[in-house]
Amino acid sequence: MTASEQDFLNNPLGKDTTLEDVLDGFELLDDWEERYAFIIDLGKQLPAFPDESRVEENYVHGCQSQVWVIHHYDDTSGRLYLLIDSDAMIVRGLAAIILVALNGKTPRDLLATDIDELFEQLDLFRHISPTRGNGLRAMVGKIRDIAAAEVAGSAN
Amino acid sequence: MTDLSVASTARRPTFDVDAIRQDFPILSQQVNGKPLVYLDNGASAQKPEAVLNAMDRYYREMHSNVHRGAHTLGDRATSAFEGARDTVREFLNAKSTREIIWTRGTTEAINLVANGLAPRLKAGDEILVSHMEHHANIVPWQMIAERTGAKVVPIQVTPEGELDLESFTSLLNDRTRVLAITHVSNVLGTVNPVAALIEQAKARGIITLVDGAQAVPHYQPDVQALGCDFYVFSSHKLFGPTGIGVLYGKAQLLEELPPYQGGGEMIERVSFERTTWNTLPYKFEAGTPAIAEAVGLGAAINYLNGLDRQAMEAAETALLERANQLVETVPGMKIIGTAKQKVPVMSFKIAGLHPSDIGTLLDQQGIAIRTGHHCAMPLMDFYGVPGTARASFAFYNTLDEVDALFTALQKVQRLFA
Repeated sequence: MTASEQDFLNNPLGKDTTLEDVLDGFELLDDWEERYAFIIDLGKQLPAFPDESRVEENYVHGCQSQVWVIHHYDDTSGRLYLLIDSDAMIVRGLAAIILVALNGKTPRDLLATDIDELFEQLDLFRHISPTRGNGLRAMVGKIRDIAAAEVAGSAN
Repeated sequence: MTDLSVASTARRPTFDVDAIRQDFPILSQQVNGKPLVYLDNGASAQKPEAVLNAMDRYYREMHSNVHRGAHTLGDRATSAFEGARDTVREFLNAKSTREIIWTRGTTEAINLVANGLAPRLKAGDEILVSHMEHHANIVPWQMIAERTGAKVVPIQVTPEGELDLESFTSLLNDRTRVLAITHVSNVLGTVNPVAALIEQAKARGIITLVDGAQAVPHYQPDVQALGCDFYVFSSHKLFGPTGIGVLYGKAQLLEELPPYQGGGEMIERVSFERTTWNTLPYKFEAGTPAIAEAVGLGAAINYLNGLDRQAMEAAETALLERANQLVETVPGMKIIGTAKQKVPVMSFKIAGLHPSDIGTLLDQQGIAIRTGHHCAMPLMDFYGVPGTARASFAFYNTLDEVDALFTALQKVQRLFA
């Protein structure tokens, strides 16, 4: 089964679950347990990821766990839709936060988004080991590369 | 509610672990607001004050280059440096300090031996390793196999994580030139019956190397009793500094091997017509060595010599027994590696959880473990896991810390439930 257009468009992250929801949710949490429980719950919202897309081309290098990213560019709306998968639950949660911030944007808007600022707002890096931080940056890097390729593609 | 009710059955160690912990300044700190519980000793062990002081004193009072200066500092440095070599010789029960080569660590020591043996290998020759080796005892052999046409052959491992001795016997043949085997598995904690393997290998004239990196923090090996040709280990896992390790080799073999790197110190005489090598052990020690680190390693061994080794082993066994008893308190937890002979190393998985999830959430609770493939990907493939979580204990760990680990694991398990 490959991911259909609908699979991309139905992704609740960035649509039903918004950045405000995540920021508001985080504000109410005051210890690490609640914070991680919240992250893990967000990860449960990641839509199913097609098995045959778990290939090298979609693989994100530099994470401790296995992470894959695929995308769909919607010609009509000019927006970029993403699906992410990982075998680690905390990584799935972090991927969900990234999607809430970046999913369904035009590639230009995506590239203009300062994701580091969001991570700082969420106070994420203070609670995340440097190795995990690198994995997070690798995931964002892969998504930005996809957006940049779309921008370059449409310019031609 | 934390259920640690099996606690009362655990044996208390007889030696004073609280006093010993005072010798390791790094252990008495808080991490993420919790007391540090350091259970990543298999990756690198912490250093006693005696090591820190020895290195500090070396730099303050005696630093100079070794084997060179016609001056007092040079003599002091040389004497401290060579004194450390003799401490290592005694630790391993080697015959002579000529047999103790300083390297950067286990990895460099194995690379040195592999490269030295390369000229003796030809197409079709076999290098016997095992399925539970660290990459450092696989890749250097693969590299020389590539160069020479030799083949790297792995001894199989049983599901319990022991060496399959039938596999070993059946793989020994007339083409086997080298047996390179780990004394203790870094992932499983299995103690391999290396003496018996070496005996069989020697009977066929096979050169033997033992990777002692994970063994020396728990046991004191006797290289003469083992009968191996080479024994290698790293200082930093033996409570000494990073950046230095040891290659023990039988003098006769070391004499025969070509030098590994060229440069200063390793030569006797250099001319553009002909350069001759220095004597052992200096032939293999090109360049200015890690002098302070050698002194630090010597201090680490002296520190260990001051402990009751038997009591220490008993205490470590108690830690592992306690951990094994508590496994059932964490739903879905499974130990990987249940060999009869084990050092206190516990690799595990928890159903439904990725090792990196476990590691992250333990870290939040001040507990340091290792997660991942442990530089032993063939073994991960064998067990069909992407990686494991590994708690590796040292003699300075306490039964309370084992309890803390399991209380924390219960919490992790609940968070994901």
